[in-house]
Amino acid sequence: MSITMKRRNAFKAAGAVLLGFHIPTADAQAQAVPEVNAWVVIHPDDRVVMRMARSEMGQGTRTGLAQMLAEELHCDWARITTEYVTPGQSLARNRAWGNFLTAGSQGIRQSQDIVRRGGAAARVMLVQAAATQWGVDAAQCTARNSVITHTPSGRTLRYGQVAEAASRLTPPANITLKEPREWTVIGQSVPRLDTAAKTNGSLVFGSDLKMPGMLVAVPKRCPVFGGRVASFDAAAVRGMPGVRHVLQVGESAVAVVADTFWQAKTALDALPVRWDGGENARVQQATIEAQLNEGLTATEAFVGNSNGDARAAIAGAARRIEATYSYPFQNHAPMEPMNATVVWTAARCDVWCPTQNGEAALVTTAQAAGLPQNQCDVHRVDLGGGFGRRTTHDWLADAVLIARQIPGVPIKTMWTREEDMVQGRYHPITKARMTAGLDAQGEITGLHMRISGQSILSFVFPTALQNGRDPVQFQGLNAGGTEGAIGYSFPNLLIDHAMRNTHVPPHFWRGVNHNQNAIYLECFLDEIAHATNQDPLALRRKLMANHPRHLAVLNAVADRIGWTTPPPAGRHRGIAQQMGFGSYVAAATEVSVDASGRLKVHRIVAATDCGVAVNPRQIEMQVEGSFSYGLSALLYGACTVKDGAIEQTNFDSYNVLRIDEMPQVETIVMPSGGFWGGVGEPTIMVAAPAVLNAIFAATGKRIRDVPLQGQDLRR
Amino acid sequence: MARLNVNGRVVEVNASADTPLLWALRDHVGLTGTKYGCGVAACGACTVHVDGVAMRACAMPISAITPEQRIVTIEGLSPDGNHPVQRAWRALDVPQCGYCQSGMIMAAAALLAEKPRPTDAEIDEAMSNICRCGTYNRVRAGIHQAARGTAG
Ligand code: FES
Ligand code: FES
Repeated sequence: MSITMKRRNAFKAAGAVLLGFHIPTADAQAQAVPEVNAWVVIHPDDRVVMRMARSEMGQGTRTGLAQMLAEELHCDWARITTEYVTPGQSLARNRAWGNFLTAGSQGIRQSQDIVRRGGAAARVMLVQAAATQWGVDAAQCTARNSVITHTPSGRTLRYGQVAEAASRLTPPANITLKEPREWTVIGQSVPRLDTAAKTNGSLVFGSDLKMPGMLVAVPKRCPVFGGRVASFDAAAVRGMPGVRHVLQVGESAVAVVADTFWQAKTALDALPVRWDGGENARVQQATIEAQLNEGLTATEAFVGNSNGDARAAIAGAARRIEATYSYPFQNHAPMEPMNATVVWTAARCDVWCPTQNGEAALVTTAQAAGLPQNQCDVHRVDLGGGFGRRTTHDWLADAVLIARQIPGVPIKTMWTREEDMVQGRYHPITKARMTAGLDAQGEITGLHMRISGQSILSFVFPTALQNGRDPVQFQGLNAGGTEGAIGYSFPNLLIDHAMRNTHVPPHFWRGVNHNQNAIYLECFLDEIAHATNQDPLALRRKLMANHPRHLAVLNAVADRIGWTTPPPAGRHRGIAQQMGFGSYVAAATEVSVDASGRLKVHRIVAATDCGVAVNPRQIEMQVEGSFSYGLSALLYGACTVKDGAIEQTNFDSYNVLRIDEMPQVETIVMPSGGFWGGVGEPTIMVAAPAVLNAIFAATGKRIRDVPLQGQDLRR
Repeated sequence: MARLNVNGRVVEVNASADTPLLWALRDHVGLTGTKYGCGVAACGACTVHVDGVAMRACAMPISAITPEQRIVTIEGLSPDGNHPVQRAWRALDVPQCGYCQSGMIMAAAALLAEKPRPTDAEIDEAMSNICRCGTYNRVRAGIHQAARGTAG
């Protein structure tokens, strides 16, 4: 295909070596075997290759997408493999593969239609090709397990035998997808397609890439966000072993390029650099806290959800309850630090990297390369974790800027863990002041939730703000909608946001704003329940009459944990629910806190209504993973600012949950049908509030700040 | 120049003496199954066996290793990927992104070599590896399954 040829020519023109490293891409594949359509390539030996636009980062999207394709394609599941398409190919074909973004728990739900249609169209063409070969009506033929049968005569042809003929047919104009009750692959817990390579070291991650003549770059950016390089003494390290280049990267970073990672890192550590942090170098954690505190009572705020007159209701209430909560900066900390391998020439730039959004990576690449997008491409590899960090490409821009200074040579830029920790894109920092008015009977008459703090959109997509208001801030608190609607009705309600941005860059972080919003609302409701001598479940049920799906998952976890019966001795329970990413989730936990204040989370029951469950086992894995990630955040997750920079530099100062603290997880997958919800993130939002509410039950202490580390949990 | 015995093969490594075993394996021997996660012995992604004991290769300079010490990496754990731990891992779909899993599997294999039927407490003690995807419960189940020998 022409893309490949152009790339090869570009390398020859620049006198560079051909890339010896082969990553199977759709363009290479298409040269050998013609595609049936954009999604499906079938080899003569019946091997089915599904092309993917979304990225696999552990969430099981590869397998789920293949199940949806296979459902309509009627192919032999045992012969299905996958490959990534590049954003360059998609661009050249009018975005034939749709959106590449793999975030917001939408890899499956936003692809299901296009992928199922791709499979169905390919099946129709394969059947037609067989019918044409036999000279019969396609309506007399059926397809099963990659075999087409002419029912009247019993003749058969395999997909591999007709794939080439099918590729020459016009795609069908009308496609009828199967009804859910006809599904045989969707809904099955088939094993993942990619497990074996993850058990023997053979899966090639971005940081494992090797190319002939490749050098390794290790960069360091000004630790103060927004700062710049004042000066550096390249001569001091140029003679160190293996060092080839000592570079400035843009205005704010330096890099050492050497034969190996260790050589580059060793020289970088020895490189004298003077940074100019500017004004931001004066920012301390206390500066940011004060800014947020001011927002808690500020007059001006963006309204996210309101009904009635909450302020008046609270002012006139028989009783008031008030509490202030907070949620800190947190690093995504995927196990694989940021990396990208780049070959730049004056005519072309190719990138190999793990990214959650191939198309955005291409835009970044072209900008940094100083080339048009059609002279660049992004070749994806599986991600060693993403969690949102790899939806943004600051690390890629720097990698391209490094390679641009060394034309024609493959440069693998690898961040150290330390760089990954201090150059993150952080969970936004916020606080919330919760105020409720109660009548003489203890019923809620009005609720005001004032959020103060960082807006992600104002940093990431300022054009998506609505008259300055960040709609994403109110995840899970919206009056309605299919993405994240509040599960309660209050007679008078006001939820508003005083936007207080900082110089620390915020970003989408698994669960995003649900993480704090769920803590604020679910823990405060618990406070009200205890203050009014009500059972926390009973109070919620009263408020949930108009929210049957929210209530159904809450009831499911309450039933399973045995809410109405006492917990085992020494254990205490908490519950929480929330809707997000199109799914309804709830959690019930059992914890104990010993005399020294040591917390143990024994058991979590989780329920998910994601509408359609494509692969229940994968959903269970996502639920378990979400608890691990969410409990890490609750127990340990905090990045703090000193002199404008993040203080935590590695897992020794930014601790995370390990196996010994991982609770037993019981997952209830209860798809109610009729909608497609996400599963990669929703559960994370109920992890922390369910545990915090159980801690209160155990100790009588209301913890209102994340993380727990450093707080005294003794009674 | 150091001589290392890796997966039963003696290899010459032309790296400075302070080079951690992790980087000697990845950049000099060409075995990239062993991963870099932290570089400070805090995460376990780099776990290999040295004379049968699980060690964090990011914190071991090659100068501290003799040619007689037998280093085994994930690539050398079994000839065909069928070590009981690997079989259990496949049967239970343990990995998510997979990045931490080489270290997890090597730590689990070393644990089982020492304690064929580990208790949950022994698993907690031996398996301090970090998995950000949160595969911990399946790691535990995988170790028990491998111990029972019912894998695959
Ligand atoms: S990389 Fe060695 S323990 Fe983390
Ligand atoms: S499987 Fe992704 S870090 Fe463990």
